[in-house]
Amino acid sequence: MELDIIEEKDLIMGKANQEVFSQTLQDLAATDKDIIVVTSDSRGSGKLVPFGQKYPDQIVEIGIAEQNLVGVSAGLASAGKKTFAVSPACFLTARALEQIKNDVAYSDNPVKLVGISAGVSYGALGTTHHSLHDFAVLRAINNMIIVAPADNFETEQALRKAIEINKPIYLRFGKKPMPNLGESNQCFELGKGRVLESGEGIAIIAAGETVYPAWKAAKALEENYDVKASVVSMHTIKPLDTDLLEELATNGKPIITVEEHMVNGGLGEACASHLFQKGFKNPFQIIGIPDEYTVTGSQVEIFNHYGISPQGILKVAVELLKI
Amino acid sequence: MNNKELELNSINLRKNILKYIYKAKAGHTGGSLSCTDILNVLYNKVLNVDPDNFSDPDRDRYIQSKGHSVEALYVTLANRGFFPESDLETLCQYQSHYIGHPTKKVNGVEQNTGALGHGLSISVGEAIAAKLDKKSYRVYTLLGDGELPEGSNWEAFLSAAHYKLDNLYAILDYNQQQITGSTQEVMNTDSISDKLEAFGWAIKEVDGHNLLQLEDALNSGPVENGKPNFIIAHTIKGKGVSYMERVVKWHHGVPNPEQYEQAQKELNESAALI
Repeated sequence: MELDIIEEKDLIMGKANQEVFSQTLQDLAATDKDIIVVTSDSRGSGKLVPFGQKYPDQIVEIGIAEQNLVGVSAGLASAGKKTFAVSPACFLTARALEQIKNDVAYSDNPVKLVGISAGVSYGALGTTHHSLHDFAVLRAINNMIIVAPADNFETEQALRKAIEINKPIYLRFGKKPMPNLGESNQCFELGKGRVLESGEGIAIIAAGETVYPAWKAAKALEENYDVKASVVSMHTIKPLDTDLLEELATNGKPIITVEEHMVNGGLGEACASHLFQKGFKNPFQIIGIPDEYTVTGSQVEIFNHYGISPQGILKVAVELLKI
Repeated sequence: MNNKELELNSINLRKNILKYIYKAKAGHTGGSLSCTDILNVLYNKVLNVDPDNFSDPDRDRYIQSKGHSVEALYVTLANRGFFPESDLETLCQYQSHYIGHPTKKVNGVEQNTGALGHGLSISVGEAIAAKLDKKSYRVYTLLGDGELPEGSNWEAFLSAAHYKLDNLYAILDYNQQQITGSTQEVMNTDSISDKLEAFGWAIKEVDGHNLLQLEDALNSGPVENGKPNFIIAHTIKGKGVSYMERVVKWHHGVPNPEQYEQAQKELNESAALI
């Protein structure tokens, strides 16, 4: 089907979220000497080279040793340092999972775990470099907040809140420039979904870099079918904003979830589990990476392959709406 | 506490370890008895910690990486006034904070440990923080020799030397036995002194049941300035009870009533000789 999809040029593009993270952290470190960044030979990919040059006493290099990265970070945090453990999400949340579970979450050491180049940001590098499991494994750990900001605004806010709340938290960033979404809603609260668009036809709930294609799909749905969709950036995967979820589901409209994560154990299953247990029977579809050998390609090619795209989301919306 | 009192206290701690393991019908007996003297010296001669103000940011840190020997830690903390000893009546019972591995729910416990190969990395972080803050507190961690094959330890060994953490003391409870048999048979970590020296640590070897040697090694400042301290404490698993010493099955063996009585009798006899 030939449909009108809003073009990239129609939006003002911002920076990559992980770039905004590092810039904001550098700004905050200027007046807060307790901010410490811990890296595993990852300052380049984390855009933290300028940070290290400007504040050499506030960066601790561990080398390629993620278990030690997290353990050392737990010790620093325990001693009162506002500690950011920055490492590619794929290694951070798999190689060092036991340290995350025990030294950070269980011991309640307020480390800010920062998974960079998350999801399939390193698309063509293959499965070793993909983090499609991180929501699932971290959701199963008590005392862990999971946040995947959609745009530069959410990124900056999430970082500031992470320092403020002083609890174990996982921040997940991609490396693709993101437009600033939801000009009309510049509110950010951990644990509260950010409603970017309100509509009664269908709800699209997304997180991280998939919010942008979800938003585009909603625009196309309105343009081509005159159906207005709600679009939510569910930046906090855990604790999930179940109030908003129930509110979106109340009129029985279809719900689509979108995530840069395997469908097993991610945002979509979290939403489905809650709604089903509360008795909702809305038409429901999870869009994510299926449980299969992941196709090779760039991030956008992988997205397109699995329908994590405006076209793919629109197609599912049309099917659920039976229009 | 003078030397004689300290020695008697070691016996007292061993008696209590057995008392609560016997009551709970569970515990890591051999390893707890092996590190008792180390803990006795740490808490009574070395660590600057206050049971009434444990959260003092300037306190010395003790992180027990070999978390399974928690009974030795519990009885030492109770002995030092961190909580009433009667709390240990609930050891391993439903909803008790006194579980089979250390948790911060218990006053005096620095970190939740139990999974092996974790304590040293956390200690490295604490020691780096002390250096950054120009604070003089020291960081102690107790490693079991059975946990040395964990790769995370070797990551931490590298980083401690890299950051010249002479405020860090890793104490090895070198009893050379683990649940399956001798450490040499299970996974050989022989020449541990050479290995750690090559990693850039300063080494000191002591008799892990000689209280004066332990105090000297743990209290007299860095072995070498600019290097983390690796204190190899030669110990005997099951120390203090004749039929438990160097017998692998007592790793987490629980004595029956007769064995329990004999163990207490032997320890009383040892106390009488001091």
